[in-house]
Amino acid sequence: MSILVFIEQRDGQLRPVSREAIGEAVRLAAALGGPVVGVCCAAADPGLAALGEAGADQVLFAQHEAFGTYDGAGYAAAVAEAVQRVAPSAVLFSASAMGKDLAPRVAARLGVGLASDCTMVVAEGDRLVATRPVFAGKAFQKVAFPLRPALLSLRPKVFAAAAVQVGRSALVEPIAFAWDASAPRAKVTGMTGAQGGRPDLTESEIVVSGGRGLKGPEHFALVEQLADALGATVGASRAVVDAGWRPHGEQVGQTGQVVSPKLYIAVGISGAIQHLAGMSSSRCIVAINKDPDAPIFKVADYGIVGDLFEILPALTAAVKQLH
Amino acid sequence: MLQVVCIKQVADTETRVKVAADGRTLDPAGVTWILNPYDEFAVEAALRLKEGLATGEVVVVSLGAAGVQTTLRNALAMGADRALHLRNDTPSPDALAVARCLADAIRPLSPGLVWFGKSAVDDDGAQVGAMVAELLGLPCVTVVAKFEHRGATAIVEREIEGGREVIEVALPAVLTTDKGLNEPRYASLKGIMGAKKKSIEERAVELGAPNLEVVSMQLPAPRAAGRIIGEGAAAVPELVRVLREEAKVI
Ligand SMILES: Cc1cc2nc3c(=O)[nH]c(=O)nc-3n(C[C@H](O)[C@H](O)[C@H](O)COP(=O)(O)OP(=O)(O)OC[C@H]3O[C@@H](n4cnc5c(N)ncnc54)[C@H](O)[C@@H]3O)c2cc1C
Ligand SMILES: Nc1ncnc2c1ncn2[C@@H]1O[C@H](COP(=O)(O)O)[C@@H](O)[C@H]1O
Repeated sequence: MSILVFIEQRDGQLRPVSREAIGEAVRLAAALGGPVVGVCCAAADPGLAALGEAGADQVLFAQHEAFGTYDGAGYAAAVAEAVQRVAPSAVLFSASAMGKDLAPRVAARLGVGLASDCTMVVAEGDRLVATRPVFAGKAFQKVAFPLRPALLSLRPKVFAAAAVQVGRSALVEPIAFAWDASAPRAKVTGMTGAQGGRPDLTESEIVVSGGRGLKGPEHFALVEQLADALGATVGASRAVVDAGWRPHGEQVGQTGQVVSPKLYIAVGISGAIQHLAGMSSSRCIVAINKDPDAPIFKVADYGIVGDLFEILPALTAAVKQLH
Repeated sequence: MLQVVCIKQVADTETRVKVAADGRTLDPAGVTWILNPYDEFAVEAALRLKEGLATGEVVVVSLGAAGVQTTLRNALAMGADRALHLRNDTPSPDALAVARCLADAIRPLSPGLVWFGKSAVDDDGAQVGAMVAELLGLPCVTVVAKFEHRGATAIVEREIEGGREVIEVALPAVLTTDKGLNEPRYASLKGIMGAKKKSIEERAVELGAPNLEVVSMQLPAPRAAGRIIGEGAAAVPELVRVLREEAKVI
């Protein structure tokens, strides 16, 4: 049996998270057997054959002129059709904005369960067991799938892409599906508030987050400068988001984004339980805080006690010197 | 327009999670129960629309054990008109099973809008809203951070990587709400008194066979204690060294 992977594209560009999902599919296919098949929805082929280099054996291409932008209902119809066609043992999505929207729709269509935002997947015999954080990482669930196919969405930045096999290409095949684009629907009409340059919070390798210790929105320039020197993304505590210093999309924590970057730097953040929930699974945590008893130091691998207004500029300068 | 808001009762975000004796669910001992924070935005959005239109009805629906009635009562105190309690005592049922029950209960109400939170902060599933939309065959937008009603459609925005999608959605529709959509109101004293007179209809429901099986729930291994590198800007060179040489992250 095959493993089916939903391949994301936006504006005709394949999204890097899909290579992580293909990488995990390759590992699962080694245990469960069968080929790795992708399915991609797009208005024009975004270069699907090249996914062979990432490990896909075949890619089903669901083409529709309305697929120049994301359409949850249309994509779900196409992916459900792909599932009927290849009868996979598992279907993998990325737990990205698109994958989180699409996967439950497909699950409802197929009448099967979905394990969302998984951080580990193991094949035990021919059964899959997925690990997923609950309570924003305060606990982990292990879930199994009584029905086939098993549907899973994978947390970005947790699963490794497979080694690139230069020159290998995937077989691209069109797939027909039934979807009426003229029925009442949700139609993307544009984009707004594009934040320039910095990678997305949940997909970033490094996150530098600021809290109330920064004293005011104007001082976030210090956080941004460090973030830019590191090629990182800026995050924030809820206290500063609620104060209107930073946009909602930057909030890290139980009621914000849950992140697992390789490096998380918390600056002037006390480390409330709801904040810790959103970042404790980061590989390496650094805390900068003037209070040596701040709870953030309990989860930090490395800490500096002191005034962030002195430490941040020095750290930014030191990082710049590295490059 | 009749609007439905699906609300879930969850453990307070302050909760220190303990695993129950079954090894699979939250130990409820000592837990304070609250309305899922994302569902507050959903309730608020429905109330604002009703107030703006100066007509219509807001029905809150929750599936769960007897205790969820306190959360339904909270939503009634915020201003919802009536409540429907889908009674089932199964601890943490799977999303599709819940979605099927909700969809069956919502269908005969023919709502103009069905609101959900984007995710419940206990199971972090972020599934039920989109599943209900699919089961009802309604257009759906998830993670809505901005909403504007325009008669037969609504213009909404949803946060995606690197920006926000602007979406025109035909009504009736299903929307799931994100933080930033609005500032949820607190129940007024008048609201709390008034809620006592509003009706909560209780209806027993069956969940059917599970679609997902929780094998176990565990607490993460505590992070090994870290170390304080030093104090003030003088500690920066050592921090950079350990990040490069020990942790190998920069
Ligand atoms: C339902 C609910 C959900 C929540 N969800 C979230 C969530 O998702 N994410 C989240 O972050 N919070 C969340 N919270 C809020 C959380 O409880 C805390 O209030 C919040 O995280 C505190 O933010 P902070 O650390 O920036 O501020 P504070 O707790 O005020 O901490 C500021 C820190 O800065 C330090 N500091 C001050 N000056 C300096 C200086 N010059 N140099 C160095 N350090 C300095 C101080 O020592 C202090 O530790 C939630 C709360 C509730 C009730
Ligand atoms: N038992 C329930 N009763 C009513 N609504 C629910 C229930 N479970 C989930 N929901 C709704 O679905 C949303 C998403 O839940 P979840 O998919 O579990 O993260 C919640 O924010 C609620 O709006």
